[in-house]
Amino acid sequence: MSDIRNIKVPLTAEDAKGLKAGERVTISGVIYTARDAAHAKLLNALNNGESLPLEIEGGVIYYVGPCPAKKGQVIGSCGPTTSYRMDSFAPTLIEKGLKGMIGKGPRDEKVINAMKENNAVYFAAIGGAAALIANSVKKAEVIAYPELGTEAVRRLEVEDFPCIVAIDSEGNNLYESGVEKYRQL
Amino acid sequence: MKEIKAEKITEEVRRLCIEAACILPEDVEKLVRDSKGKEESEFGCYSLEKVIENIDLAKKDMVPMCQDTGIVVVYVEIGEEVKILNSKLNDAINEGVRQGYVDHPLRKSVVTDPVFDRKNTGDNTPAIIYTEVVPGDKLRIQILPKGAGSENMGALKMLKPADGVEGVKEFVINAVVQAGGNPCPPVIVGVGIGGTMDKATMLAKKALSRHVGERHPDPRYKELEEEILEKINRSGVGPQGLGGRVTALEVRIETFPTHIATLPVAVNLNCHAARHKEIIL
Repeated sequence: MSDIRNIKVPLTAEDAKGLKAGERVTISGVIYTARDAAHAKLLNALNNGESLPLEIEGGVIYYVGPCPAKKGQVIGSCGPTTSYRMDSFAPTLIEKGLKGMIGKGPRDEKVINAMKENNAVYFAAIGGAAALIANSVKKAEVIAYPELGTEAVRRLEVEDFPCIVAIDSEGNNLYESGVEKYRQL
Repeated sequence: MKEIKAEKITEEVRRLCIEAACILPEDVEKLVRDSKGKEESEFGCYSLEKVIENIDLAKKDMVPMCQDTGIVVVYVEIGEEVKILNSKLNDAINEGVRQGYVDHPLRKSVVTDPVFDRKNTGDNTPAIIYTEVVPGDKLRIQILPKGAGSENMGALKMLKPADGVEGVKEFVINAVVQAGGNPCPPVIVGVGIGGTMDKATMLAKKALSRHVGERHPDPRYKELEEEILEKINRSGVGPQGLGGRVTALEVRIETFPTHIATLPVAVNLNCHAARHKEIIL
């Protein structure tokens, strides 16, 4: 299997351009959590001309709603949630500077077009490896919308968070090419 | 009459909720472990390896294997000779769910109103409870915490009787292939055929609580389960939907008599973390 490359986040456009679909990576640095309800609030804030509660330029958003932390844990189990539910929100955030998204499952054409136009990248984390992924999180802090509970926006410091580049900034899409390779129907 | 205290039901449901979230049933665990040997794609093997590591870690630390600890589906079979003391059956079950999800670090994933409020209930209640009255003096409680990633990929089609077995195959296979990486493959495919539209979907979900290796008693449906599984696994979807051989672990068909004019078929998917637990009191 290809070597695993460690990448630091936030990402520059150049960093994002250098990542290719199918490449295995581990991610270290600061990422933000947001899923359905938080995305609705983020977009609402933008529509009202308010500033976002996270550093969007070069930022990476992880689609996750973690379990509560057990005593002694930084965060509870925290695997990726299905990304397509954020497809209607993602292009706006990408235009505002978002460079990376982490989730699971394919994205729609509008998201991929926005990624191509703005040099952003989409990583797949391993769905169902939630307890393992929690071990990659070294620090977690709720920074916005605490009323949303598990759906609040959190700032996470991660170390060696294992992912695969699923869709790159040229639109190469492992959800299509990977499946095509093994298709026998 | 056999008397069962509501407190006992609550205590058992609490325990079942916690165990289901953290410990995969042995037969499912073995199914996942064995699937790795059938995978050809590099990333598919790697992700299955991580999923297996995750199962071990969750069990060792008693933490949820998946952050989506689900909405709790409960199947109750209550004997005609059973009397519940001190509370109502549904209240006792919901209290068990509440205690399990609040006392242990399980995610609360239930919202009050589905459209307007969507406010988290804070304790993962209410559960979805199906009660069946059966002969005897036993109380059987089966819980199935159901994650939404796979639930969202469910499908129902009211086929025409003339669509026949080919129509059934096509619909089920398409539902799984179109779901792609969304439901965290490899998946377990629950299929309900017959009855009415609601009955078919209930059968599809009930199939998910079957034991591994349990096949439909009619050899024709047993063969159909095997054929659909084989075809799904030639789709190329693979683990995580990123390409490979192991897209589904099992296909489980449940059937029921139906009306002369219809052929309802429902598909309910479960990710590889096919959690369920049961107790008989």
